[in-house]
Amino acid sequence: MSIFSNVIPTVIHAAPLAPDWPSGFWSHLIIFVVILFIFYIFMAMAFIYFERRVISRFQIRIGPNRIGPFGLFQPVADVIKILIKEDIIPGNVDKIIYILAPAVAVVPSILVFAVIPFQNGTALIDLNIGILYIVAISSVSTVGLVMAGWSSNNKYALISAMRIIAQVVSYEIPMALAILGVVLFSGTLSMNGIVQAQTVPYILLQPLGFVIYFLASMAEINRTPFDLLEAEGEIVAGFNIEYSGFKFALFFLTEYAEAIAVSAIITTLYLGGWKGPFLPPILWFLIKVFAVFALIIWVRATLPRLRIDQVMGFAWKCLLPLAILNLLITACQVVFWPALSQWIIAGVNIVLSAVLVVLWSRFFRLTGDKVEA
Amino acid sequence: MTLRTETFILNAGPQHPSTHGVFRMRFTLDGEVIQDVEPVFGYLHRGIEKLAEGLTYSQDIVFTDRLDYLASMTNNQAYVLAVEKLAGIQVPERAEYLRVIMAELMRISSHLMAVGFLLNDIGAFLTPLLYMYREREKILDLYDMVCGQRLTYNYMRIGGVSQDIPEEFVPALKRFIDSLPRFIKEYEQLLETNEIVLIRTKNVGTLSKESAINYSAAGPVLRASGIKWDIRKADPYSVYSRFKFEIPTGIKGDVYDRYRVRIEEMHQSIAIIKQAMEQIPQGEIQTKVSRVLKPAKGEAYGRIEGPKGELGFYLVSDGGTNPYRLHVRPPSLINLTALRELLIGVKIADAMAIFGSIDICVGEVDR
Repeated sequence: MSIFSNVIPTVIHAAPLAPDWPSGFWSHLIIFVVILFIFYIFMAMAFIYFERRVISRFQIRIGPNRIGPFGLFQPVADVIKILIKEDIIPGNVDKIIYILAPAVAVVPSILVFAVIPFQNGTALIDLNIGILYIVAISSVSTVGLVMAGWSSNNKYALISAMRIIAQVVSYEIPMALAILGVVLFSGTLSMNGIVQAQTVPYILLQPLGFVIYFLASMAEINRTPFDLLEAEGEIVAGFNIEYSGFKFALFFLTEYAEAIAVSAIITTLYLGGWKGPFLPPILWFLIKVFAVFALIIWVRATLPRLRIDQVMGFAWKCLLPLAILNLLITACQVVFWPALSQWIIAGVNIVLSAVLVVLWSRFFRLTGDKVEA
Repeated sequence: MTLRTETFILNAGPQHPSTHGVFRMRFTLDGEVIQDVEPVFGYLHRGIEKLAEGLTYSQDIVFTDRLDYLASMTNNQAYVLAVEKLAGIQVPERAEYLRVIMAELMRISSHLMAVGFLLNDIGAFLTPLLYMYREREKILDLYDMVCGQRLTYNYMRIGGVSQDIPEEFVPALKRFIDSLPRFIKEYEQLLETNEIVLIRTKNVGTLSKESAINYSAAGPVLRASGIKWDIRKADPYSVYSRFKFEIPTGIKGDVYDRYRVRIEEMHQSIAIIKQAMEQIPQGEIQTKVSRVLKPAKGEAYGRIEGPKGELGFYLVSDGGTNPYRLHVRPPSLINLTALRELLIGVKIADAMAIFGSIDICVGEVDR
């Protein structure tokens, strides 16, 4: 913790690069990149361990408990196992795309962490368009997955690739609209700025936005109930079916890195980021990230999977109109009652969101009917 | 503008997470929608019917364990019923009651697996399945107590059962039976209020009454389509005529109804076991039957209501020590014949749900 505050002194704004201390900037950049990368790897391993332990509790099992105390070294063993596996390139794959795909998938998932504030001002770079950067970068991962699905020359992988295109394009829109609600309240696109602007956690001010963002990001990172692209009951493993060894490890890493990223973004946007009493900010940040991830695991352990047309219908019929309404309501509140106490707005918004969600669930029902062939 | 589309063939299986063993479906797909399906089976064929001709009547009981390995007890029961019919053997009353208790426990266990795997196919990541396993485990413990086995029991014998229940069995069974309704309720609460389960199962894979009859479907698949047909009532064997129980039926015949019927049947099985435990008399568990049975020339068909449908064994005797011919009517295979009609026009995701709802056991399909 202290290393964060000692080594990296202050917020560094990207737009006006301070011309008089380039060495400072570069040392900050290099040191922080290393720290961030270690954090990234460790968090991914921690998440894998955490998920396996928690989900086994849901499933009345014990989970990994053999390697190290409480099975803590299980992810390490997994990594070693997966790295020494044979790296197979099947005969009929599109070789260049096949090899490139894991890299295309994993790099954006690392880049997202550049703008996430771990505590006040501690981020690799506090872009003034931080959240826009995240929205832009995070969907690039999808290209990697599509490349993998396409180049594998496998029908399961191809179906998976087609599914993910449809799904991600649909869910990108409500996700961005939900984020706009937060931006309207905070008045800034900078991630650190959004945290600083939260006197009341935005989950209270933007309950509907939170729900929409949470669901849309679940679809974005392909977690249950939107894990269509790796639905093991239908298309076995989806896009990564032909991958093994290190390339598979990269996809696996991407999946968990995206989960960490989404947890961190939700923490930043809706849960007040590093803010919190008594404990150091970085600890608060980690606690909140793990809490959000626990919620994601809970969903995964409980819910079955939707069908592709239901997934699409949910995005266009439910999330999109609700996201637009949410944006409209938020905009009105910001324009007409800027001086009103945030607690009152929070109360109003919670009631409004509940009403809207109930209304929508009455009007639009996803059906399980037979599809016309 | 219409886009030109091209169908392609997708093999699901024989190694596929959702095909419950080594079953293969050859889909012709237009995008996600199934145009045609060709089931391919036989990967688990062991020639049990032929093998049975080379062994004596009592040795063949072992083979029946290997048919539907999730319901070995009922397989035993159907087989010995056929042999007893063939040789005209009377079974002591206590043995009949023991058989009923075992068979109903088996039905609960098999239905637990069916519901669990169905939800697994829908995409619930193992959780419901493992809850089902928890309850099934208790049934297996009970069987362990009775016959020392947990999967292939070989418990029923021609003219009775292999051994009487031990002392600790009755209280253990009582405890289990008393606790089970609460667990089933727990599952129901978890599943019936779950919007995703409902939209994934309702109106999916609808099998009409007429089709169900035409495909000679049996068991929960038939009853879910709204037909009150249960061998236990229609052609009572063993001591089933002495028990009061309902035949739960569905309305539409969709995946949801099949799931409901299975849940309801578990309740009925509990009721039957309770009544059997009250009525069970003391006495012999095995009539004297010659080890090398030589039934007179003739044939017999013994059928029971297995967990998956009508399970029948057809036996022909030529007067020798071995059956001249053994034929199995496997409910899994016959219910599967409806698969093609159900699958055409649905999406792959639904195909797995429908396939899961038919509840097959490949050991029985291939024999």
